[in-house]
Amino acid sequence: MGVGITVEHLNAFYGKTQALFDINIAVLANHATALIGPSGCGKSTFIRCLNRMHETIPEARVDGKVLIGDLSVYNGTSATQLRRRVGMVFQKANPFPTMSIYDNVAAGLKLNGFRNRKQLDEVVHKSLHNSALWDEVKDHLHKKSGASLSGGQQQRLCIARALAVQPEVLLMDEPCSALDPISTGKIEELIFQLKEQYTIVIVTHNMQQAARVAEFTGFFLLGKMIEFDKTEKIFTNPSDKRTEDYVTGRFG
Amino acid sequence: MSNQALPRPRFNAPNPEPGSKAALKVEARTTPLLQGKVSEVPDVAFGWAMRLCGLAVVALLGLIVYQLVVGSALSWHAFGWKFFGQSDWNPVSDQYGALPFMYGTIVSSLLALVIAVPLSLGVAVFITEMCPVSLRGILSFTTELLAAIPSVVYGLWAIFVLVPILREYVQPFLASTLGWTGLFSGPPYGIGMLAAGVILAIMIIPIISSITREVLTVVPQHQREAVLALGATRWEMIRMGVLRNARAGIVGAIILGLGRALGETMAVTMVIGNRPEIAKSLFAPGYTMASVLANEFTEATGDLYLSALIEIGLALFFVTIVVNALARLMVWSVTRGQPARSIA
Amino acid sequence: MPDTDSNTAAGFVPQSSIPQISIPPISLRRRVMDHVMTGVAVLTVALVLLPLFAIFAYLVYKGIGSINLAFLTQIPKPPGEPGGGMANAIVGSMVILAIASLLGVPLGIGAGIFLSEYGRNRYGDIVRFVSDVLNGVPSIVIGIVAYGLVVMRQKHFSALAGGVALAIMMVPTIARTTEQMLLLVPQAIREAAYGLGVSRWRTTLSITLRTATSGVITGVMLAFARVAGETAPLLFTAFGNQYWNWRTDQPTAALSLQIFTYAISPFDEWHRQAWAGALVLIVLIVGAVAAVRIAVKHGTLAGA
Ligand SMILES: Nc1ncnc2c1ncn2[C@@H]1O[C@H](COP(=O)(O)OP(=O)(O)O)[C@@H](O)[C@H]1O
Ligand SMILES: [Mg+2]
Repeated sequence: MGVGITVEHLNAFYGKTQALFDINIAVLANHATALIGPSGCGKSTFIRCLNRMHETIPEARVDGKVLIGDLSVYNGTSATQLRRRVGMVFQKANPFPTMSIYDNVAAGLKLNGFRNRKQLDEVVHKSLHNSALWDEVKDHLHKKSGASLSGGQQQRLCIARALAVQPEVLLMDEPCSALDPISTGKIEELIFQLKEQYTIVIVTHNMQQAARVAEFTGFFLLGKMIEFDKTEKIFTNPSDKRTEDYVTGRFG
Repeated sequence: MSNQALPRPRFNAPNPEPGSKAALKVEARTTPLLQGKVSEVPDVAFGWAMRLCGLAVVALLGLIVYQLVVGSALSWHAFGWKFFGQSDWNPVSDQYGALPFMYGTIVSSLLALVIAVPLSLGVAVFITEMCPVSLRGILSFTTELLAAIPSVVYGLWAIFVLVPILREYVQPFLASTLGWTGLFSGPPYGIGMLAAGVILAIMIIPIISSITREVLTVVPQHQREAVLALGATRWEMIRMGVLRNARAGIVGAIILGLGRALGETMAVTMVIGNRPEIAKSLFAPGYTMASVLANEFTEATGDLYLSALIEIGLALFFVTIVVNALARLMVWSVTRGQPARSIA
Repeated sequence: MPDTDSNTAAGFVPQSSIPQISIPPISLRRRVMDHVMTGVAVLTVALVLLPLFAIFAYLVYKGIGSINLAFLTQIPKPPGEPGGGMANAIVGSMVILAIASLLGVPLGIGAGIFLSEYGRNRYGDIVRFVSDVLNGVPSIVIGIVAYGLVVMRQKHFSALAGGVALAIMMVPTIARTTEQMLLLVPQAIREAAYGLGVSRWRTTLSITLRTATSGVITGVMLAFARVAGETAPLLFTAFGNQYWNWRTDQPTAALSLQIFTYAISPFDEWHRQAWAGALVLIVLIVGAVAAVRIAVKHGTLAGA
């Protein structure tokens, strides 16, 4: 089962410029939560604060409190440990170019020293199955490199790779923005299924997508969380004027 | 713009209705296979190990300076600055002056530049501006092949091919036409300053021409077009639109070639004649700082002798560093800030 | 470079075919000058290629005639006597180069990792600058340093001293190319690994470095080829040896040293052997580079 996420008074910086201002949000376990907002408003920055990816950028810094379940993210846990519980899928599919499909999926386990061949086989099978890629790749798991797949397949491979480590939370930063409508449909379907098992936070540029996959939606503007509510409410009856302007297309 | 307070997060949003039926059935999660705490120690240790490698590079330079300075202390105390002004080199009477070697190094290197610069520029201009695209790759590859030949092989070739040619044909010709300058007089041995300059030139052409090419290719296209639009011929376009804009970088390339020539050892040692004399004629034998190290270092029996040789090494080190730093700065002044092109 | 193509083509438009509406006609003098300079450029190319072909042709011609089984299997005969070979020098070169690679490659790659992964700051800039400086230090000076470091301590010349000298020369080249190759690996690939809970050191070695393997190997082979033919830094470190030597703390023969000694000797027989040695040296360098490249292509990087 997934776990909930609580964020309190989160501020994030790139050097001297502040990118996020006092974010507060509670993400419910085993639901999909969408983050929308015009580009440059801090959605990626926010989602990267949840698994401490933000701090891999030189000079970047965070303060505030983030809880994944009952695990305090910025307090005593190592980032590596945390990221095993919080998987991430990026905007642009980024399979490891030198590895086969199998090795891509097994990478998270293998690179962390897990060697049991039989269990690896099982996990790879299950992860590829869960990311709806198994049937398409099962005949050349070892022969083809991850980079040889199509864009949509690569993105599902990246999802499988994240699932193989068995995280409780899955963060997705615009996972469909580089994909064609058919691939996008497949991934949305997948998200719909995955949230029975995982807590999903998905950044999206596309409001229809948010409406299709997420029960909750947060609206970001200029580094601030303007409104956070049930998706239906955000799109039909937002309480903030700026949200309304954005979702009705009168904005930016 | 309404300026209301940020909405508080909602902790108990009502559960939404379950999703539609799906073809795919996601299998249940099991306990994660990766258990146990992750230690930060290997990460920290690895980080410091890599920093240590970086530090080692700096330490290497420090070590070089230290070895040279300590090794040359004896000679420095004995002769001071006079070391670089004296032309006496006599291990028997323990008198050492570096002047003939400095002279030989400078003259042979300058001679190499005089020969190599026009040729390298011609090649670079031809490859970047004139040559058909199909020839471009193979030509640059071939010129760079010159750089892959070991110095000692150049020397070998120079002894058995270049020197006889110089002796039989080039030197008599130069003596009869330009003998009056005094630069080309005396018996044509073949071996001597001229041979050293020629072989050095052949060795530095790849460097100068490849860096010049690098520099020429970053001259913006609009500079060329601006000149062409004025009705210039291709040569005028190259001269005004390309060469003029790349001046600093070309000078840098030439100085890099000079740096290489100053420190080049084997090929020069094999053909320069190895006599510590200062002669006006380029036909006469000479000696360079690098060659005297190559020839005499293992034979240096006295402490002062060895120290004097190390001081020559220190001077050579110092000069090449200054020359190289200068060249790098000049090349950077042209290529930096240009669209991604790596400078090797 | 393809961006200059269009220009070259533009430059090739015959001047006479340009419709001369308002531009004054190009004078004969200028047109002649244009052709003359083109001719000059072609001439320089010919002049530069000439010695290259001369060297290779002469090397192959002289070398092949002198290589035989004895040359590859025997040690040198006393001066003036016919026969003998450079077997000990070939082996010696390999030993010295192995020592140099053992010392220089890890250090150089480590420094390259530092530069790209930990050195995007002032300290990195210092190391970068120092590497470039080291690259310009004459090899004979490196020889002096290795002499002071190893020979003076051990009290005699050795393969180890020669290896140290060559290793010092390899480090800056390897460091800078490794850095450039690692920087070519997209940040997204590193983040993918971090996102899986892979630690930074593991990511660097198993993801970043592995993705860049092909480029890093090229850099290593470049450095290797550069030092493989070096003679000057071996003169007073490895020193040379007319006999077999299997100990790394004893004077050791090297091909390049042997070529030098034979080339400046007065014996015809040795001159012939010098040519043969030069050919063997170049074949060994090219062979080593090719072998590594092929091994890499068929090994880890098949999918890249
Ligand atoms: N690496 C970085 N360095 C400095 N500023 C950055 C960096 N990445 C993003 N920013 C800035 O932070 C703000 C938020 O960016 P981001 O989180 O990427 O927005 P979004 O994902 O919503 O488009 C932007 O103003 C952007 O310019
Ligand atoms: Mg973004």
